[in-house]
Amino acid sequence: MSLDLTPTAPLLSATGEARRQIEICNACRYCEGFCSVFPAMTRQKAFADGDLTQLANLCHNCRGCYYACQYTAPHEFALNIPAALAEVRVESWERLARPQALARLFQSHGVAMAGLLVAALAGFFWALAALKPLAGAGFYAHLAHNTLVAIFVPAFLLPLALIALSLRAYWREVGGGRVRLAHLLQAMDSAARMKNLSGGHGEGCNFEKGDRFSDRRRLFHQLMMYGFLLCFAATASGTVMHYAFGWEAPYPLFSLPKLLGVPGGAMMLAGAAGLALLKLRADPALGARRVWGGEMAFILLLGFVALTGLALYAATGTGAVGPLLAVHLAAVMVLFLLMPFSKMVHGFFRLAALVAEAGKPAPVGGAE
Amino acid sequence: MTDWPQTSWPETFDLAVVGGGNAALCAAITAAEAGASVLVLEGAPKPYRGGNSRHTRNFRCMHRAPMDPLVGSYEEDEYFHDLMLVTKGKTDEGLARMAIRSSEECLPWMKAHGVRFQPSLSGTLSLGRTNAFFLGGGKALVNAYYNTAQDLGVKVAYEAQVTHVHLDGDRITHLQAEIAGKPVTVQARAFVLASGGFQADIDWLARAWGPSARNFLIRGTPYNRGVVLRDMLDQGAESVGDPTQCHAVAIDGRAPKYDGGIVTRLDCVPFSIVLNQKGERFYDEGEDVWPKRYAIWGRLVAAQPDQVGYALIDAKSIDLFMPSVFPPVKADTIEELAAKMGLDPQAVRRTVDGFNAACRPGKFHPTELDGLRTEGLDIAKTNWARPLDTAPFYGYQLRPGVTFTYLGLKVDARAQVHGPGGPIRNLWAAGEIMAGSILGQGYLAGFGMTIGTVFGRIAGKEAAAHVA
Repeated sequence: MSLDLTPTAPLLSATGEARRQIEICNACRYCEGFCSVFPAMTRQKAFADGDLTQLANLCHNCRGCYYACQYTAPHEFALNIPAALAEVRVESWERLARPQALARLFQSHGVAMAGLLVAALAGFFWALAALKPLAGAGFYAHLAHNTLVAIFVPAFLLPLALIALSLRAYWREVGGGRVRLAHLLQAMDSAARMKNLSGGHGEGCNFEKGDRFSDRRRLFHQLMMYGFLLCFAATASGTVMHYAFGWEAPYPLFSLPKLLGVPGGAMMLAGAAGLALLKLRADPALGARRVWGGEMAFILLLGFVALTGLALYAATGTGAVGPLLAVHLAAVMVLFLLMPFSKMVHGFFRLAALVAEAGKPAPVGGAE
Repeated sequence: MTDWPQTSWPETFDLAVVGGGNAALCAAITAAEAGASVLVLEGAPKPYRGGNSRHTRNFRCMHRAPMDPLVGSYEEDEYFHDLMLVTKGKTDEGLARMAIRSSEECLPWMKAHGVRFQPSLSGTLSLGRTNAFFLGGGKALVNAYYNTAQDLGVKVAYEAQVTHVHLDGDRITHLQAEIAGKPVTVQARAFVLASGGFQADIDWLARAWGPSARNFLIRGTPYNRGVVLRDMLDQGAESVGDPTQCHAVAIDGRAPKYDGGIVTRLDCVPFSIVLNQKGERFYDEGEDVWPKRYAIWGRLVAAQPDQVGYALIDAKSIDLFMPSVFPPVKADTIEELAAKMGLDPQAVRRTVDGFNAACRPGKFHPTELDGLRTEGLDIAKTNWARPLDTAPFYGYQLRPGVTFTYLGLKVDARAQVHGPGGPIRNLWAAGEIMAGSILGQGYLAGFGMTIGTVFGRIAGKEAAAHVA
């Protein structure tokens, strides 16, 4: 790896380029109806770095403004707002992450993510061999419950703590105000419906079909997001059943963990397949090109987590449980560990940006 | 799509549409829906398709009751009255009223063909009742129409510059064109001309207006060079509109020569003093609220030496208008600002001192006629007259920006073009190329799109009926 002595140089230029573009954009405002970015833009004439960070994290990369823009290349203004904001957005996730180097590595390099997965796989196969419990049912026969908890609780909570630190830094940078319940509810409502991917007219975005609208990205993202939340709820319900009711895994099909987890896993799998396909069709020039690989790897990782989870369930009672358990746990471990350093972090920043936006005064238009 | 000929395309189309903006696409879609095979010849390459429609943002629409996204009502007589105010009577009342009445049914038609609307843009609240704004602006409308046309089987050739419309007696037989640089003959049974005005042909402008036109900026597409219009006039087609006039507004002097579009507008004039190169004021900057005076400043600046003006404001006014695309020149003193803008600092100082001394105390109200006027100046400022006394001072260079030309083909209520021997039986025109038939002078926001949509649809319908 080369020694990069000027790590901030490319970052400044991303913000500088976004500022150039946004100032042109702000003198036009035709795109006001597409999403939250443009009304937010009209609050000021000059854009501090923090303003641009906030606009960038509000942007959902729907690309409506690109295809509607009179000033895209070959026009000399050469606007490409989705790409400019994507660069600033990824740069902000890297800059506000601790440690930054890990974020720079994993945001852009799918290979690094794959490497970590291999390492985790090796670790879990070793653990399964070395720490095989004397008793236990289902997959606890392969790895004791307490061992799992000892591994996964820190692997889950430490990344969350790092994300909390990042969000605090974000809040300072964008000048977020006091958070009120109403702001939170408004932000959650936007995220729950993916309002900013509706195109402003409800027909969706311009992600994969050029200047035609499509609701597919919103659909697949919803499948992924709600699938993930269902799986998370499945795990949480299992934890409650284990500790509060002493009912230990394996759980039958008609139990909360399975009723939540199986459809959740299937939704995640469908979502990942769809999102990966859309990403292949979408024009990479309208996003942050340098992180394409990292983003794609992240989608595939989510799909892999779901696939191995479902496979593990399907293999109940067979000899495949042991190896599948190692593979699934390794995938989950990588997903957790990389939360602050991968595309996963976008959900946290996006929600923060929506909350910050909800807390700002309603935009008023410029004078006539 | 620019390879020619496309083997799958018919040798003779039912309809060839010259041009690729709003009017052309409305004609193409209407004719294709009626069953005609249609070819659109767009002179620009694909990224610049859509002519001046790319730069538009709204559609002025009559409506007798609220009609999404329009509020209240805007009836025929009020609409016509608004039109008469700007054209000072230079309009064909029959055609104008027909266009106005038709606009009401256009809005649902536009929606049904992919155009999406939104409430009026910030800073344009006064238009919320009269003008329906396109979500994403004119290019989004153009994209929607191209997609609709494509779904209907309309063929499109880009970089297709029509050089000659061959008139034989009372019929058009074919078109001569250059498609991607290669000469091509286009055969069709009916033709619609919707290729815009000639404002991008600077030589033509200079012949019409005088050499000073070479200093004008062209706000819209560089592809409206009036080649087809010239060709038709040379063959004796009936024309309408003042050939020496163009519609120009005062825009940021640093704008690109072509295609600067909406962002080059400057709304600072009412809060400024505007000087010429000699450092002198030349017109009442506070005559009326800005939208109503936007248009005259193009002409005013065009009449000044080197066709340039300089709007100066102070720190009190910088946040009172829409942001400019280029940052203003900024200085701590009037003299420094003048020097930075290439003006004589002493002359500007004298003008500013004289102006400041003529200002009177009173209540300043940026959004309405506040009557805050100067006293004792040869050229008064009759509203918003506040002294320039608070640093930093800001300056913008102004130049005339040409929006469109008035000279066009005269059409009748069926959009038919007339030649030396009467109506040309298979030729119709729509959009800017015939807008002079209705708009003799001045401009009414959103009316260009109304003319294009109404006459585009009529032309498409007539052409399809002709070949049916």
